[in-house]
Amino acid sequence: MVNVKTSSGSDALTDTKEISKDKPLLEIRGVSKKFGDFTAVNNVDLDIYQGELFCLLGGSGCGKTTLLRMLAGFEKPSSGQILIDGQDMSEVPPYKRPTNMMFQNYALFPHMTVEKNIAFGLEQDGLAKTEILDKVDSILKLVELQEYKKRRPQQLSGGQRQRVALARALVKEPKLLLLDEPLAALDKKLREQTQFELMNIQEKVGVTFVVVTHDQEEAMTLSTRIAVMDKGRFIQTGTPTEIYEYPNDRFVADFIGSANILDGKVVSNIDGMVEVSTYLGKFSLTSNSNISKGSNLYVGLRPEKISISRTSSKSTNITGYIDDIGYFGNTSRYKVRLDNDQIIDVTAQNQKRPKDEKDRLTYEDKVQLSWDNSSAMLLLK
Amino acid sequence: MHNERSGFLTLMLTVGLAFLYIPMVLLVIYSFNYSKLVPVWGGWSTRWYKVLFESPEVWEAVRLSLQIAFINATFATMLGALAGLAMVRFGKFRGRTLFGGMLVAPLVMPEVITGLSLLIFFISLKELIGWPLERGFTTITIAHITFSLAYVAVIVQARLTGMGVSLEEAAADLGAKPFTVMSSITLPRLAPGLLSGWLLAFCLSLDDLVIASFVTGPGSTTLPILIFSRIRLGLRPDINALATIIIIFVAILVAIAAYIMLRQQRRELIDQQMAARGDV
Repeated sequence: MVNVKTSSGSDALTDTKEISKDKPLLEIRGVSKKFGDFTAVNNVDLDIYQGELFCLLGGSGCGKTTLLRMLAGFEKPSSGQILIDGQDMSEVPPYKRPTNMMFQNYALFPHMTVEKNIAFGLEQDGLAKTEILDKVDSILKLVELQEYKKRRPQQLSGGQRQRVALARALVKEPKLLLLDEPLAALDKKLREQTQFELMNIQEKVGVTFVVVTHDQEEAMTLSTRIAVMDKGRFIQTGTPTEIYEYPNDRFVADFIGSANILDGKVVSNIDGMVEVSTYLGKFSLTSNSNISKGSNLYVGLRPEKISISRTSSKSTNITGYIDDIGYFGNTSRYKVRLDNDQIIDVTAQNQKRPKDEKDRLTYEDKVQLSWDNSSAMLLLK
Repeated sequence: MHNERSGFLTLMLTVGLAFLYIPMVLLVIYSFNYSKLVPVWGGWSTRWYKVLFESPEVWEAVRLSLQIAFINATFATMLGALAGLAMVRFGKFRGRTLFGGMLVAPLVMPEVITGLSLLIFFISLKELIGWPLERGFTTITIAHITFSLAYVAVIVQARLTGMGVSLEEAAADLGAKPFTVMSSITLPRLAPGLLSGWLLAFCLSLDDLVIASFVTGPGSTTLPILIFSRIRLGLRPDINALATIIIIFVAILVAIAAYIMLRQQRRELIDQQMAARGDV
């Protein structure tokens, strides 16, 4: 028997937002999962530390859910090892793991009340009745559902069900909480609100979260670190800022936010200062990767890093014509056609309300584009 | 929607219902016929009900049929549920496809074949191990279980597939051992399927004439065998009375089922309204 209990109920609810970097809580060592000929997860390595809110981000079929299910114990790795708190999980069945999962469609037990749903996990540990009641009450308070404890899941709204599912998983005080698309079933407004709620709760209880999501905005808002997955592999792992500002790969640059991707050729590499020539001119970028002169790679330039105006200035990099406009209210997206017929995406804040029609940029306007060379991103593949 | 189409639909509905129910209405009316000859109307009377209640062999047949139906339904539900669980929840095992095929074979097998093969089986069994000594209650029950469990297994499989595994996984994730998952999540969720399986098995057994005729022996007359053997000697008014009682019995059961369903629907509607009011 593995004892998964760590401490008494109140301890877990105290403020412990501290990410210690000395010893990882979760270690994934060369884990692969094959279903027949299909490789869902391909030789993945990852360390996650106590207190992190870690996101596995990727499109459908990228293997993120399979990886999560391996952490929970529902799937067995074809090869590799998963360690939680230094302990090998290979032979540990789901019901003995120090993890709890919040399922995509919540998987609340429809034949039990909210209270019974939450108490279910504690009853399995053989806790005393009074202790169970105390814990259920305090977790219901945390998710603000005290008045609903006698209801059945069918009598709750989507947002309330989501909170019951979270409470049910959290009340067991797992070392690791696994969340499978926790917000996907909610509508947009509620989702945004719940994102912050989820972060607050995570901060309060201090439990390590591993979240699976396909929504890059959600991943950016929630997480301390993100792993971007594609075809069963990790493409890049890092903080939201690292992933967004310093992607190392075309897939990441394009999947998180959007980017103009330019073909480039390395002109020179002097002590990590790489000069790349593209059809938008030369970019000097730093890189600690080993890049040889003459090799082909890509340069990414995010639409919001380019400024657009009708008047030319010294800083103008290139001129073009507005081909298409997407108006989002707070921002506008322009597709600018260059002389060589290439299209460049540019995003501009609508900081001022245009005084009249003439003030507004419109189709076929001749515009000047400028950017700071250092905002460009060097993409190796 | 008041147009010609709805007029046509009403007509079709009336014709359809008439086709289904006029024979039964006639049967009920003729059960109150005084005349001994079924097709000749001799005025209203309840004399055939009196005759019926005074004939012990009819009540013996009813008792036997209900007893067999009850035991059959119970065993068929247990075995069928186990078979269904094996098919849906136990992943791939050796011979799974063969097992699945054999499980549904009784559904498509002609009854006479099933009946005949079971008869031969019971006869050779008696030769080999001296059991069952005589055919009757035991052999009919066993025969009914063999084909009823296939129906139960199909219902259970459908229900299990529809339920999905996420509730069971959630329970395991919360620390429930496999046995607890089964008893506190799978079985309660499966209960409606088990109940309908039980009822179907009960009705199949109550209804069965062909297989029971093959495997029965002297002195064991189920209700369908009794009715059929009497009809062979010509239409008899007391059988009409018996049929009327069965119709009323079934109608009451259907009414109860409809009431339960209506209440269930109303409860779901209230649940939905409560849920809709809830969002933050």
